[in-house]
This record gives sequence, structure tokens and C-alpha cells, in this order.
Amino acid sequence: MQVPILKQGDYLIASIQSVLSDADLLQLRDNLGERVGKFRSKGVIIDVTVLDVIDSFATRMLRTIAHMLKLRGAETVIVGIQPDVAFAMVQLGLTLEGVGTALDLEEGLIYLNSLLTKRISHHGP
Amino acid sequence: MDHEIQTEIRSAVDIVTARQHGRALAIELGFNGADVTLIAAAISEVARNIVDHAKNGWVSMRPANDSGKHGIAIVARDEGPGIRDVEQAMQYGYSTRKGLGVGLPGAKWLMDEFDIVSKVGKGTTVTMKKWRR
Repeated sequence: MQVPILKQGDYLIASIQSVLSDADLLQLRDNLGERVGKFRSKGVIIDVTVLDVIDSFATRMLRTIAHMLKLRGAETVIVGIQPDVAFAMVQLGLTLEGVGTALDLEEGLIYLNSLLTKRISHHGP
Repeated sequence: MDHEIQTEIRSAVDIVTARQHGRALAIELGFNGADVTLIAAAISEVARNIVDHAKNGWVSMRPANDSGKHGIAIVARDEGPGIRDVEQAMQYGYSTRKGLGVGLPGAKWLMDEFDIVSKVGKGTTVTMKKWRR
């Protein structure tokens, strides 16, 4: 099932609605890569609240998406990893190194706002 | 609850199906939420191993009982090329292909019992169990 991507100001919000197959994740990667350019987005939130498992493939794909979008000039934050899912990831030795994470959508927005405020102040006078 | 559920693994889509079957059976067998997730994650990794290396295989699961312990037994088998060096394949971070190399060793960590038998040219069978606490 395809992941809907909403545009919210400078941000894109990809809200995963159901369990994802590998193909869905690859599609999400391609769609986000394209939309970040189309909408000149500065930040992307990927909401994984509904995912019951984040296995090695999904972890690698989330990392790939975040690093790829960073190269396109957008910051990514993964939100909504459930406690059991986080526990299983730790047991599997899976990390989202170098990728922003936040508790939920609200915290994700705060995270992106603070990152981008810093970025703007760097360019200030 | 003496039934066995078998899922044929032919493509990545079947990984999701096997995981959902495992989740349903684990819940039925009375595992708690955290363990259900660990079992589903382990199934995901062994099923992915079939897709990545053997193309075709099966994941079957059934209730397991052993001297007063109750749990779930999962068998993943394929008739793929087999693994030449099982010890190396079970090393964390070792991957012959595109993976992270965490699949099989990761699944072992998630379960209580884990056994792998592989014959080059014949295929691989992974048997793993988790007991209810």
C-alpha cells in the first residue's frame, strides 16, 4: 500500500498507514526524493507508528531515505517507533545512526523547527 | 491448538504474510506484546534470508511443548544453494549480498533456541523456538 505524503509548509509528512512490503518502502524512497525537489521542502517527517516490526531491511531503507534527503538539502525525522518495536530493533542490533527520531508527530515538528532555526541563524548577519 | 501454519516464500511480499501468521499464532499461544514483536521480527529475518538467497522456500510454525515449557516453533527451509560456511554466515555483520548481515544472527538473539543446518546445493533449514515466560 502506497504511503500518502502530505505537504505542510516547508515540510513533507509521510504517514505510513499499514504494514509495508519492501516494494512500498522503495516507492516511498523514490516519492520522497522527487517531492523534496518539487516542493523545495526543508524537512521530512516519516511517521512509523503503525509498523509492528522494523526489520533489517526497513531499518536500512529508513537510513537510506534520511541520508539521501539530507544530500537533497532536507532534514528527516522518524517518529512513532513503538516501544516493543524499539526493543526488537535493539535486540537485533539495528540502529538509526545519523537519523533524527522523535516520539510523535508533534515532537517531530519541534525537532525540525529547532534544526532549521539553527540553520537560518548560521546564515544570518 | 495443534495446528501448523505454513507460508510459502516466493517474494518479498510473502515475508509480510509469514510475519502476520507468526504474530497471530504467538498471540493465540499467549505470548506478551514484546515477545510477539520479537517473534515477528525473527520470522521477518529468516523469511528475508530465503528471498535474498534461495528465492523459494517455506516458513512453518506450530505450538511447541517441552518438559513443561510452552511456546512456538518456527521452521524456515529452502532448497536454495545452501551456505558453504555456516559459522561465518552466523557472524554478526557478515553479508554476502546487499544486506546488513544482521538477519540470521539477529534472529538467533531474538529467540530462545536456534539451529541451522545447511548443505551446499541442497538448501538450508533454520529451526527456532521461543518459550512463553
